[in-house]
Amino acid sequence: MIELRNISKSFGDKQVVKDFSFTLEKGKTNLIIGESGSGKTVTLKCIVGLLEPDSGQVLYDGRDFGRMNFQERKDIRKEIGMLFQGAALFDSMTVQENVMFPLTMFTNMTEKEKLERVDFCLSRVNLDKANKLYPSELSGGMKKRVAIARAISASPKYLFCDEPNSGLDPITSLVIDNLIKEITEEYQITTLVITHDMNSVMEIGDKIAFFYKGEKAWEGTNKEILVTENEKVVDFVYASKFLKEFRKNN
Amino acid sequence: MYWKRVFEEIEKLGINSLGIVSIISVFMGAVVTIQMAYGIESPLIPLYSVGLAARDSIMLEFSPTLVGLILAGKVGSNIASEIGTMRVSEQIDALEIMGINSAAYLIQPKIVAALIINPFIVIISMFVGILGGYIFGVFTGVVTPYEYMLGIQWEFRPYNFFYAITKTFFFAFIITSVASYHGYYTKGGALEVGQSSTRAVVYCSIVILIFNFILTQLLLV
Repeated sequence: MIELRNISKSFGDKQVVKDFSFTLEKGKTNLIIGESGSGKTVTLKCIVGLLEPDSGQVLYDGRDFGRMNFQERKDIRKEIGMLFQGAALFDSMTVQENVMFPLTMFTNMTEKEKLERVDFCLSRVNLDKANKLYPSELSGGMKKRVAIARAISASPKYLFCDEPNSGLDPITSLVIDNLIKEITEEYQITTLVITHDMNSVMEIGDKIAFFYKGEKAWEGTNKEILVTENEKVVDFVYASKFLKEFRKNN
Repeated sequence: MYWKRVFEEIEKLGINSLGIVSIISVFMGAVVTIQMAYGIESPLIPLYSVGLAARDSIMLEFSPTLVGLILAGKVGSNIASEIGTMRVSEQIDALEIMGINSAAYLIQPKIVAALIINPFIVIISMFVGILGGYIFGVFTGVVTPYEYMLGIQWEFRPYNFFYAITKTFFFAFIITSVASYHGYYTKGGALEVGQSSTRAVVYCSIVILIFNFILTQLLLV
């Protein structure tokens, strides 16, 4: 479980995240949704320590990330897997080397054990025959799946996904979404997904925080989001004219 | 220290630069030799001074500094664009998230590799440059083999070699650290990566020339 308590972050005069609190539950897919530029990714970067929040606490199973020294942060980061918006695979490495990278850096596994683990992770994301390919030879969806395989290779306790569906078609998005949900439930990982894709919200949103101009404007589940009367959420969920008409008539 | 990465970088930054360094060194030696011979008009100056002057100018200045500037262009732009691309495509963030010190993983091996391999590259450049001077000097008839060989052995001072290698160490550090800095702090996209790469080459070249002057003043005067 990860607790976010009153997180705030500013860049100069511009306050990007305002007093944000949220609890990410273990074994559930937790979502932060909102418009582009509403502060979702900045919040994620504060959670994983790529940015320092101006105030507030991030507690990893009760451990305050802000009070940790360099070594403690390093240790906790070994428990984190992350899927970046652009996959962030290492260009100079093959798929196999990418997935093996966390194992090489942080475990004492033998070469055989590492290869077995890589094969397992790649088969888990349905990429059995891609070991020798380079990232430049993969499609967008394949890159995302390799990134998921890399993220889970060292058996993380926490999984963060920044816009996992960006640039993907609806069918491939669904595959990625379901993969994230299955892995979360199977390995009882605490997962946070940052998205503005409503298909993802409906498919995997066990717990959702809606961001509006840097503030949490609403919190609930994927069932509740469809029936909420919160105007900001309604405007976001039923953004198109068609959906607005649909909502009015139903 | 990531030693495996150091060896990879030795190959990438050093071994892969040997071709261009050798080609430039051969012609540099040839031109220096022919120019020296052309400049000697007085019959009182012995012809072996062509070899002597070629040796000293190649060893003291051309090989360490010119090769430093060539590597600033080739290696410096390579480092800045590689690290810059990793920055804008979030690969560096991915390393940090995994708990890896990205600077120690990406930059340190490059600096160590350059410090190890660059002196060898410069020594090879000296050898190839002097050899080029011999081949082209003899081929064009401006100097005889005997006079050239006599000249390159005349009053050899080992301190000059020490001076050249000392400069090489400084230049190796400057090229890798300045270029890595510009790559590491790239912000934006492909356009900014290109700008970082250009800036890296310009700054590396300027800093090399400044340090060339300072080291010459400190070590030779």
